[in-house]
Amino acid sequence: MNKKHNDEWAVEARGLVKLFGDNRAVDGVDLNVRSGSIYGVLGPNGAGKTTTIRMLATLLRPDAGEARIFGHDVVKESHIVRQLIGVTGQYASVDESLSATENLIIFSRLLGLGSAEARRKASDLLEEFGLTEAAKRPLKHFSGGMRRRLDLAASLIAQPPLIFLDEPTTGLDPRTRSQMWDTIRRLVDTGSTVLLTTQYLDEADQLADRIAVIDRGQVVAEGTVDDLKGSVGTSALNLRVDQEQDIAYAREIVEQVLDVRASVTAEAGKITSPLTDPDQVTDLLVALRNRGIRLTEISVQKPTLDEVFLTITGQGGNENNIGPKISESSKRAEEVRV
Amino acid sequence: MKQASIMKNTGRPLKNHSSFGQALRNSLTMAYRGLLKIRRTPEQLFDVTLQPILFTLMFTYIFGGAISGDVQSYLPIIIPGILVQTVISTSIVTGVQLREDMDKGVFDRFKSLPIARIAPLAGALLADTIRYAIATVLTFVMGYLMGYSPEGGFGFIVIAALLVIVCAWAVSWIFAFFGVIARTAASVQGISMMVLFPLTFLSNAFVPVETMPNWLQWFVQVNPISHLVSAVRELANTGIIGTEFILSLVSAAAIVVVFAPLTVRAYMRRT
Repeated sequence: MNKKHNDEWAVEARGLVKLFGDNRAVDGVDLNVRSGSIYGVLGPNGAGKTTTIRMLATLLRPDAGEARIFGHDVVKESHIVRQLIGVTGQYASVDESLSATENLIIFSRLLGLGSAEARRKASDLLEEFGLTEAAKRPLKHFSGGMRRRLDLAASLIAQPPLIFLDEPTTGLDPRTRSQMWDTIRRLVDTGSTVLLTTQYLDEADQLADRIAVIDRGQVVAEGTVDDLKGSVGTSALNLRVDQEQDIAYAREIVEQVLDVRASVTAEAGKITSPLTDPDQVTDLLVALRNRGIRLTEISVQKPTLDEVFLTITGQGGNENNIGPKISESSKRAEEVRV
Repeated sequence: MKQASIMKNTGRPLKNHSSFGQALRNSLTMAYRGLLKIRRTPEQLFDVTLQPILFTLMFTYIFGGAISGDVQSYLPIIIPGILVQTVISTSIVTGVQLREDMDKGVFDRFKSLPIARIAPLAGALLADTIRYAIATVLTFVMGYLMGYSPEGGFGFIVIAALLVIVCAWAVSWIFAFFGVIARTAASVQGISMMVLFPLTFLSNAFVPVETMPNWLQWFVQVNPISHLVSAVRELANTGIIGTEFILSLVSAAAIVVVFAPLTVRAYMRRT
């Protein structure tokens, strides 16, 4: 592997397969994760996300296919790979019977830090993750969120360039979840690559630069969040006018300029219309200003990942009940398929 | 640029194998973890405190009169016997706890760390020698309270104690192997008892070998447990380091040589 190659791709997986008995839990997964990015693996329960991560993290041996982490083979060079990764499992992989400090010290010592160094590292990490007060308590009394934070802290001891997060926020309350998101973003700011799995579409939406959608052990779509959303349909333009009596006139202008049908929510003074070309918005705004209509709000709403997900995994999306827009979009979904 | 600095931080030279020194350091850290766990949950020491006290009292007073005429003259026979029996059967718990431990999430982290593969096993086994030490001390103390005064003197008692602890550590590799291959902790307990019961009772630990039928005598004489019991008796009662001592250590070494690699391999296959 040449140097340039190593730096560019944190993860390269080709045709990964894992069988559990007759069940093809992972059935030919390809993944490419650029270093320094957040990559989301999205899928319903039992889609093969965790199994894929476990193979990439040397915890499971693939039955077929190959995977490289920064150019190192996960099977043949597993010991090297382990020096480049941090893994945070779906269920906190920390020692329940020990305290937070003891956990971090033991992991630090195992990673080759000296006694004093391990102590310092542990207290630094506890501070950074807001666990200092609970440092001496046994983990039995930790909340789910604290446990996850400790787990993530443990993954960061060696400052690994690649971090696997398996459903990092499953079961967390909204506040803890957004704290977790901030932490993950900070990680990438320091140069780490993050590969996370999630079954929450908004999580992938919030965090990931690129997403692979996995269903029944296969990658059914791959691309940036925008690619995937774009593949499903057009965005929606929302306008709110200042004077309610202007609303009919404004709607007329919208339909004229954008050449579409717009709908009106009267009591809120809100106009919604499909938007195919964002460039047209400029024309629309100029037209509204010329006619003296004042706006209080303007926003463009992309389709949510939920729509993307349902369309791609084929649950709820066929041409009859969603309409002609879908046939075009599923064709585009084909294009981003790996 | 930041990427490069991060790579450098982790970048002690990347090696695909861990050295012997690293394996040793990792194992000691894991042993430290085992000791911390014992300190946090002292109730797991119940068996090694109660069993020596109960068994020593029971066996001595039940069999003493029948086998040696009176309790006093039975003590030099039974104390080494009960010591070996108690400490060796304590090593079953090692296998059971290893199984329970491995089912927890933390073992996933151990597996994903760049540490020697043998360390989580060797560390757990090493930490458990504290259990054997407790059982050993308590058995001797019980014997002393009942009037046992070994001729060999204190120095040889210490040697005998160390011998038993080392042998129990070696035997615990067998149960660690069961621990790694078994599905549940309960089944580890089951299999281990089946192995250990015949081994400890079909030995010279409790009764003189001459009272047994010939075919059984043959088994008792090749049984390594018998050699260990004899070695302890020689050390404690006469202060002799003899062939039994050597034989016991050789058997212990043989067990480790066979079962340590088997266990590590099975552990890695489950990975």
